[in-house]
Amino acid sequence: MNAQAPALRDPRLNSPEPFTPRDGGFFQRDRTIHPPAYAPGYKSSVLRSPRQALLSIENSVSEITGPVFGHNDLGPLDNDLIRNYAKDGDPVGERIIVHGRVLDETGRGVPNTLVEFWQANAGGRYRHRKDTYLAPIDPNFGGCGRALTDDTGYYYFRTVKPGPYPWRNFVNSWRPAHIHFSVFGSGFAQRLITQMYFEGDPLIPVCPILTTIPDKDALDCLVAPLDLNASTPFDSLAYRFDIVLRGQRSTYFENRPEGN
Amino acid sequence: MPQPLNYLKETASQTAGPYVHIGLIPAMAGFDIFEKNFSNVLVTPNTQGERITLEGKVFDGSGSLLRDVLLEIWQANAAGRYNHPADRSVGALDEDFRGWGRAGSDFESGLVTFETIKPGAIIDKAGRKCAPYVNIWIVARGINIGLNTRLYFSDEEAANAADPVLNLVEPPLRRKTLIATRGERAGKVVYSFTINLQGPDETVFFDV
Repeated sequence: MNAQAPALRDPRLNSPEPFTPRDGGFFQRDRTIHPPAYAPGYKSSVLRSPRQALLSIENSVSEITGPVFGHNDLGPLDNDLIRNYAKDGDPVGERIIVHGRVLDETGRGVPNTLVEFWQANAGGRYRHRKDTYLAPIDPNFGGCGRALTDDTGYYYFRTVKPGPYPWRNFVNSWRPAHIHFSVFGSGFAQRLITQMYFEGDPLIPVCPILTTIPDKDALDCLVAPLDLNASTPFDSLAYRFDIVLRGQRSTYFENRPEGN
Repeated sequence: MPQPLNYLKETASQTAGPYVHIGLIPAMAGFDIFEKNFSNVLVTPNTQGERITLEGKVFDGSGSLLRDVLLEIWQANAAGRYNHPADRSVGALDEDFRGWGRAGSDFESGLVTFETIKPGAIIDKAGRKCAPYVNIWIVARGINIGLNTRLYFSDEEAANAADPVLNLVEPPLRRKTLIATRGERAGKVVYSFTINLQGPDETVFFDV
């Protein structure tokens, strides 16, 4: 065989892997759409906000990797908050389905990633040893669940709509109805906690926590619309909530072996 | 007008709030709901590596202890390899080590503990050997977006002095905020650490 021996070539052409301009890092986080650490309207942030500049570092293997979860980590009722703590009946409240996709900033679904959620009951009371709000605990409602996204990034769960509740910030501060979400993604740098709100809730524009978000579009993206098409007639309304994690410059199959 | 790029924007972060335990560590909230729970114990009897305890406290800008904070750690195994397909380094995978755990601070003592192993050193993309470290992610009421930091080890003085990321920390006196102190208690290795969210000894946090 006559192996061609080109003289001056890009040395990467001799690499066993094809050249790629991608290094596997995540897109730089756009912090202008996130709430700042120090947001005095949300008083708890005042003493809990770093004041030094964050040190920006390029993604290494530590950031583009993250924990991998599987169906073995979950139980069969984990995405059914109507049944996963039921003792002698269903919990009180509006039955709802929450569904959507976990995407990255390129629009690709994030498959097989863990989504965890927690919320107050229909009266606005959390099942938590530190919550003393006068609304009653619901004996049939735990208020938490989790799901793995499927191959396309899709997830869903069933619950009751949480109620609003008062909290100590200003004298008359109320949280809009919301569900907390924790999402992993494929790399630890995508780790995100956020909250989902409900279309049409009049408490949204006056919430001191929601209004820490400086960007109107970013705030709107936390509000789930009613999704009548996904509702189950005579059973449950549905809300649609898509979550976007940071985009990545490659999938790991495209990385050069030393490239990350 | 040029063509639009049409990237989506990352979903905005919101605080984990005071009741984060319900969703992530329900036993701490005061109830039992899942068949299987995540925990602060990263090791099984078969995990390779030196057993260590990480034990820390988190303080706010007034020097007060946080008793409602939640930490997650993510680390390489004893061979310096992460249990994830994107890590294509040569170190051996350890099937008995996921490398991830979460812990809430104790409601009384404020202590955060992890039972894990000391990670091996990783090689960065420039081919430099890094000092071993554990990645930390911190959320709580009052923290609007999760904070990323790292823990390096006090007994790795030479490696720490040469570490490419520690050497980026300016001024250099802030590097000590990232180093856990090795000690022993009842024959077990315990690394102690302190995280200051704010103040003169504010911990170095990273924008990753």
